[in-house]
Amino acid sequence: MKKRLVDLAHARSGDKGDKADLSLFASDQQTYVLLAREVTAERVRQHFAGIITGPVERFEVPNVLALKFVLHGALNGGASRSLRSDTLGKSLASALLRMEIET
Amino acid sequence: MKSVRIAGGLGFYGDSWQPIKASIERGNVQYVCSDHLAELTLAILQKDRQRDPNLGYTRDLVPMLAELLPLAVPRGIKFVLNAGGLNPLAAREVLLNALKKFGIKLKVGVVLGDAVLERLDELQAMGVSLAHMDTGADIAAVRDRLLFASAYLGARPVVEALEAGAQIVLTGRVADAALFLAPLVRELGWRWDEWDRLAQGVVVGHLLECSGQATGGNFGGAWRSMPDLAHIGYPVAEVWENGDTIITKAPGTGGHVSFDTLREQLLYEVHDPRHYLTPDVDVDMTTLRLEEIGADAVRVTGATGRPAPQTLKIVAGYEDGYMGQAMIGYAWPDAFAKAQAAASIIEQQMADSGLRAEETLVEYVGYNSIHGPLADPSHLDELNEVYLRVAVRCADKREAAKLERLFPPLALSGPPFIGGAGGMTGPRGLLGIWPTLAPRAIIEEYIRVSVEESEL
Repeated sequence: MKKRLVDLAHARSGDKGDKADLSLFASDQQTYVLLAREVTAERVRQHFAGIITGPVERFEVPNVLALKFVLHGALNGGASRSLRSDTLGKSLASALLRMEIET
Repeated sequence: MKSVRIAGGLGFYGDSWQPIKASIERGNVQYVCSDHLAELTLAILQKDRQRDPNLGYTRDLVPMLAELLPLAVPRGIKFVLNAGGLNPLAAREVLLNALKKFGIKLKVGVVLGDAVLERLDELQAMGVSLAHMDTGADIAAVRDRLLFASAYLGARPVVEALEAGAQIVLTGRVADAALFLAPLVRELGWRWDEWDRLAQGVVVGHLLECSGQATGGNFGGAWRSMPDLAHIGYPVAEVWENGDTIITKAPGTGGHVSFDTLREQLLYEVHDPRHYLTPDVDVDMTTLRLEEIGADAVRVTGATGRPAPQTLKIVAGYEDGYMGQAMIGYAWPDAFAKAQAAASIIEQQMADSGLRAEETLVEYVGYNSIHGPLADPSHLDELNEVYLRVAVRCADKREAAKLERLFPPLALSGPPFIGGAGGMTGPRGLLGIWPTLAPRAIIEEYIRVSVEESEL
């Protein structure tokens, strides 16, 4: 069955230069394992195609049931030179929650 | 076992200091540590200083302390603030004058040596490449457009200022978490090679440095359930000698401190959680535990540290052209189609007038200005209203200014039912950020700490 991440997890994002830094949080161990299996760096890169220009790194943080993604080339050059409304990419975390995964 | 209690202050220049009052009055804290400098704040301060050499610090300093000191001084509470920005000495000068006016006698310390713009030639002559940390690009491309260059210093000079008796310490660029680590090191007697304790201290600083983001603000979880954000409490930490910590907030304040609010802040902007590099310690967050031990009380234990890096990060900013922007709104029916038609008119007129833009961005506010291509188009035909926003990137300021002049005529000569134009604030200078590294000894050689007392 397919489910959207918004129904499985919560998220926050921030910035450093032209990188967006997204964290995805599971509510329990079982969901964490599911997210770790499905939400790969490559899937996140495809999800954000059209917004980011660089690669995606993923870090696992099982002690707080979280996955972290660093999106390179994500902020139109960086907050202080971006033309976008969301200069800081504060809402990219919510855009990640649109992703559908197989549960 | 000895402990110390610290209140989180502002999270950025422009943040509210009202919640700090509750932490002072009811949080039983000995220190308030306050972060005024985001990555791009120094650019704003540089513009201030170009206009007036006595500026260049964050001007919330005096208004904030004017309200907080009457509460803090009787309780013996000390402050560590990076409000010095690009000009900590000028910040101290205005603060000492204000203290004299308030009739408050306090010792104010400053930390100098983070600003390295004037030293870049010297650094290059010593073999420091100053290449871009992420791309490896040569700094020559932006060297003559640099506005500031500041190294992220660690906690040591802040500790030195506290040891010299400073009750308020003003710094420029110091790693955000180091503002908080310094009073812990000073009060709990930690050594600079006790990596696990330093790591705990950095985690505490990181949890507290973004004000309400630790206590239910910008909370991605069940945000509706977050009580009374209008009176949010900022985070307060109690830290023991062995590094064990409880994060809480003042009683009677809004928001929450929970496993969820803290894990969102823990990982905020840290990139690799196994190697959160700070000037004082390389922190591993994957070994720590967050446990809820009561209402609005979370125990933090187990962060581990490795030796501090041999390089310090420098962030420089350079002038990078101008942005022109303008907005205009359209109403149902066919709001989106009308905004698209208006965009087409603007694009043709940009071409007709020869506006030279390096990049043009068209956004529809109310549809895709935040999620861009990920926005869901399923209700597009029935939008109640949508704003067209166009932004251009131009090398030249006058060129960027041309864009907004194309918008007002749309009122009488474009699609029907406009909802007002806006966003025409004149071209804005854009800033490129140049992160780079330098050997720490070369930077630290220039660090100076001084303490002066206000006169009555």
